Amino acid sequence: MHIMEGFLPKAYALFWWVLYMPFLIMGMKKLKNGLEKGHDNKLLIGLVAAFTFCISALKIPSVVGSCSHPTGIGLGAILFGPLMMAFIAAIVLLLQALILSHGGITTLGANGFSMGVVGPFAAFFAYKLALKSGLSKKVAIFIAAFSSNFLTYVMTSIQLGTAFSGQEGVVLSTLKYLSIFSLTQLPIAILEGFLTVLIFNLLRENKEQIRLVGMEEIL
Amino acid sequence: MKTKQNLILIGIVILLAITPLIINPNSEYKGADGAAQDQIILEYPDYEPWFTPFFEPASGEIESFFFSMQAAIGAGFIAYFFGRMKGRQDNAKH
Repeated sequence: MHIMEGFLPKAYALFWWVLYMPFLIMGMKKLKNGLEKGHDNKLLIGLVAAFTFCISALKIPSVVGSCSHPTGIGLGAILFGPLMMAFIAAIVLLLQALILSHGGITTLGANGFSMGVVGPFAAFFAYKLALKSGLSKKVAIFIAAFSSNFLTYVMTSIQLGTAFSGQEGVVLSTLKYLSIFSLTQLPIAILEGFLTVLIFNLLRENKEQIRLVGMEEIL
Repeated sequence: MKTKQNLILIGIVILLAITPLIINPNSEYKGADGAAQDQIILEYPDYEPWFTPFFEPASGEIESFFFSMQAAIGAGFIAYFFGRMKGRQDNAKH
């Protein structure tokens, strides 16, 4: 979902920054509150941040002969709600923009909105919806992480499709970018789903600690 | 039982990452982000990025060095977290 530096026209880059800003600020508050809730909570926040940090660096080959990466956002969104991840996504994206010239400062609004807003909200609601329809927790977690990853790229397609609509118009152009991303992304999103279930399994083995931070509902 | 399920999950993840290389060995495996960028350049050859990064990794090697550092730091903390949890659980038992 990394739209490269300078690769959104100024007006579009600004638009996505403005849209992302409130989530970023609310996310920062959420993170600050979370960090003040004691040492165990801090550690768990560290875990979800580290998960995103780690697996979003991995470019994984996909069946169609191209590579893409997981986002790792679903895990934190289920544990801490969607807002905190809006800020954690910004940290990861900022580092990648500055050190790796992957993504960019001008496009961070757009990239942050897809990875840090659409991603976690997709995970959050997909999780709730899956549980409501009677699916087991593990299946719900899988669906949440999958949707989070995949919908992030749907958002990126919309962002590119609107900014570079050409003669074919916004809808066709969006579908064109979606076709570039989706086939690559599908197996990566499935992989992220399994990986997130694995982390949850490991977390559940530490029931006492999870109870300490008041997250019994995920057990 | 739980360990078995986790091992299966790890197996699936590895399989998903490796299978493409086996069934589709002659592809270029470029990044999808880059493919989208190529599409923009193809359709808008006149588009000039209006901002360029302050710093760019000097080579592919340097870039992959930074990416592996990112993954390693993340993985390091994940291992620290679960190791710590395990230690606590063991202490509580004694």
